[in-house]
Amino acid sequence: MSESTNALAHQFDDLEQQARSNTLGMWAFLATEVLFFGGLFTAYVVYRHAFPEAFAVGSKHMDVVAGTVNTAVLIASSLMMALAVQSAQLGLRRPLIMFLLLTMTLGAVFLGIKAWEYHHKYVENLVPGVNFVWEGPLRNQVQMLFLLYFIMTGTHALHMVIGICLLTYLVLGARRGRFSREYFFPVEIIGLYWHFVDLVWIFLFPLLYLIGLHL
Amino acid sequence: MSPIVTELPKIHYLNAAYGLKSWLLTTDHKRIAILYLITVTLYFFLGGFFALLVRLELMTPASDLLRPETYNRMFTMHGIVMIFFFLIPAIPAIIGNFVIPMMLGARDLAFPRLNLLSWYLFMAGGLFTLYVVVIGGVDTGWTFYVPYSSVYSNSYVVATGLGVFITGFSSILTGLNFVVTTHTMRAPGLTWGRLPLFMWSLYATSLVQILGTPVLAIAVALVGIERIWRVGIFDPSLGGDPILYQHLFWFYSHPAVYIMVLPAFGVVSELVQTFSRKRIFGYKFVAGASIGIAVYGFLVWGHHMFTTRQSVYAGLIFSFLSYFIAVPSGIKVFNWTATLYKGSVSYQTPMLYTFGFIGLFTIGGLTGLFLAAMGLDLHVHDTYFVVAHFHYIMVGGTVMAYLGAIHYYWPKMTGRLYPDAWGRFAALLVFVGFNLTFFPQFLAGYLGMPRRYAAYPEEFHLLNVMSTAGASVLAVGYLVPLIYLLWSLRHAPLAGPNPWGARGLEWQTPSPPPTFNFEKTPIVTDETYEYSLEEEEVV
Ligand code: HEM
Ligand SMILES: [Cu+2]
Repeated sequence: MSESTNALAHQFDDLEQQARSNTLGMWAFLATEVLFFGGLFTAYVVYRHAFPEAFAVGSKHMDVVAGTVNTAVLIASSLMMALAVQSAQLGLRRPLIMFLLLTMTLGAVFLGIKAWEYHHKYVENLVPGVNFVWEGPLRNQVQMLFLLYFIMTGTHALHMVIGICLLTYLVLGARRGRFSREYFFPVEIIGLYWHFVDLVWIFLFPLLYLIGLHL
Repeated sequence: MSPIVTELPKIHYLNAAYGLKSWLLTTDHKRIAILYLITVTLYFFLGGFFALLVRLELMTPASDLLRPETYNRMFTMHGIVMIFFFLIPAIPAIIGNFVIPMMLGARDLAFPRLNLLSWYLFMAGGLFTLYVVVIGGVDTGWTFYVPYSSVYSNSYVVATGLGVFITGFSSILTGLNFVVTTHTMRAPGLTWGRLPLFMWSLYATSLVQILGTPVLAIAVALVGIERIWRVGIFDPSLGGDPILYQHLFWFYSHPAVYIMVLPAFGVVSELVQTFSRKRIFGYKFVAGASIGIAVYGFLVWGHHMFTTRQSVYAGLIFSFLSYFIAVPSGIKVFNWTATLYKGSVSYQTPMLYTFGFIGLFTIGGLTGLFLAAMGLDLHVHDTYFVVAHFHYIMVGGTVMAYLGAIHYYWPKMTGRLYPDAWGRFAALLVFVGFNLTFFPQFLAGYLGMPRRYAAYPEEFHLLNVMSTAGASVLAVGYLVPLIYLLWSLRHAPLAGPNPWGARGLEWQTPSPPPTFNFEKTPIVTDETYEYSLEEEEVV
């Protein structure tokens, strides 16, 4: 109980108010994020509409297997995160730490596979602004696809990195026993963030990897 | 009106702790407001300095004082500093920060540390921009239109863009903080229907900040990527679409004009009631109009692009929708005016600014309707008519309301009054100077004088001389308050908790307020604006 009172910030009357505020704050932040990515998705839609042919040809160079594996990895990490939140709500410290670490590990695996994909693109001379080579009249249009690919997945990966930092912070807190059945909302709202970042990938994957597959 | 006060409260937020560190690490919303007040004021005068150079150059038809390249940098930095570093933070981050928790009967905002972070982000973005000013400036216009900004400009676009990007996050976090605070920090009994109108306005503003600013951030980031790596996202020679940039930019920047003006609406709603001693006419409509504007503001951005290859049907729809957005603004103007009717109006400094606002905003808004008519806009797009339109709103409206709010809350912030005669004199100067500066620009623009050129044909000379003369008067009008407000810090009489006899929780606590605002959390049993004229007459 004494831990819970320590957790109460001075501007709030009680933990319930604090939890409500923090949760609402995270939702508002996610609304910002939706519009941030929304700008990128708009650009994607505009150019796919404008250059259907080039996007179809370019998509063939996406590594569908790596993308699929990564999708599975992220969905699994979301499950681990959900289990971590549940452990926190039940006040179970060890499972909480374990599930947080699993979430982080899966996140790191995702980033590893992503880095490997980036490396491949580099080897194939497909990185715009660095070494993009493409013969033929569609060059600029195909470059647009890869540009969007790197910007969109890169922004997503940056969010993953931030997520892993936040999870580290949670693990450290959990090890010091900061969380309890009364005070677990930090786990909950960072969980919200993590699920959101996963959800962005769920949109990126079909747009970048799958649509062009059979064209 | 209020009893004579002979001493300040013993302990208040200003003397609760001493030293630079106690300011730079403070989480007290009132101290953060003061930090913003100081820095935003500096930016205001910096932006004003650029404006003065622009006006001096335009005093003669030839480009003689500044070279055209220098001129381009001057108006660009004027726009960027004024919009991103003055108008957007001014009322929310200074006045809002200071009074919101008190209006709600709370000890602080929901996230005090986040609030401090917002200020640091603001400073970081501002320092990037200052750095650009020092090393040579930027010349793209505040709109950063591609491909000029991403390919051709040889000024410091990336650093400026980064400054705007970072400041954008400061704005987002402030908005987020206010939204959450309004939802969760209201004192017992303070229902949504009893909220002060200033709160409704800032709530609406915050929604726009949260939903609009990220789109600007991504648009500016894409310009930066295009410029650094020389790839074509918007560059037409590499297959990009420059109009896409304009869509992204205006998707933020039209709503952003409401980020700048909605807080001013809130201020005016407060001041009109206090200084006519009457409850607002049609509370629900005024509150609802704020939300309506915030939502609707997202649907009209295309009216900035009538002259692009945006389809003519899109143009028609945007034109039509733009007419509609005038309705909620019109509701407000009528309701403020109706509030004055049979009120007991007093002409103190804040009220003079309020009158200035109502008149000038109306002119600005009506000319906005002219511009929203596609046919007319093809004629006056990118002329001084547009310049005059938005200055009537942003300077005639928002800056007036901001000054009104500063004068209104000065006694609360500092515990002291200011010389009202000087205040009224300055308000008059501002009003006269403003009209002399900007009214001739409507004429020049309608006659065809384009904006953003260092030189112009002889026929516009007289109008421009008038405008420059007006700008000088305006500059004096802005300097006078700076002087007497600073003077008042030591020499003016004490104000007491409620020098205006105003309603609202913020006036029930001492001036300056203690760190946690209230001795004990107030309980609200009434709506905010229980003004009654009878009671006044008895006193
Ligand atoms: C309420 C606060 C308003 C503010 C702060 C504001 C501000 C601005 C600004 C800054 C610009 C110029 C942008 C640029 O090209 O650099 C502008 C242009 C414009 N405004 Fe407003 N405005 C406001 C209200 C309105 C309203 C109510 C309407 C119409 C219903 C309107 C219609 C327009 C149009 C059509 C233009 C584009 C003109 C052109 O470039 O040809 N504005 N406004
Ligand atoms: Cu607009």
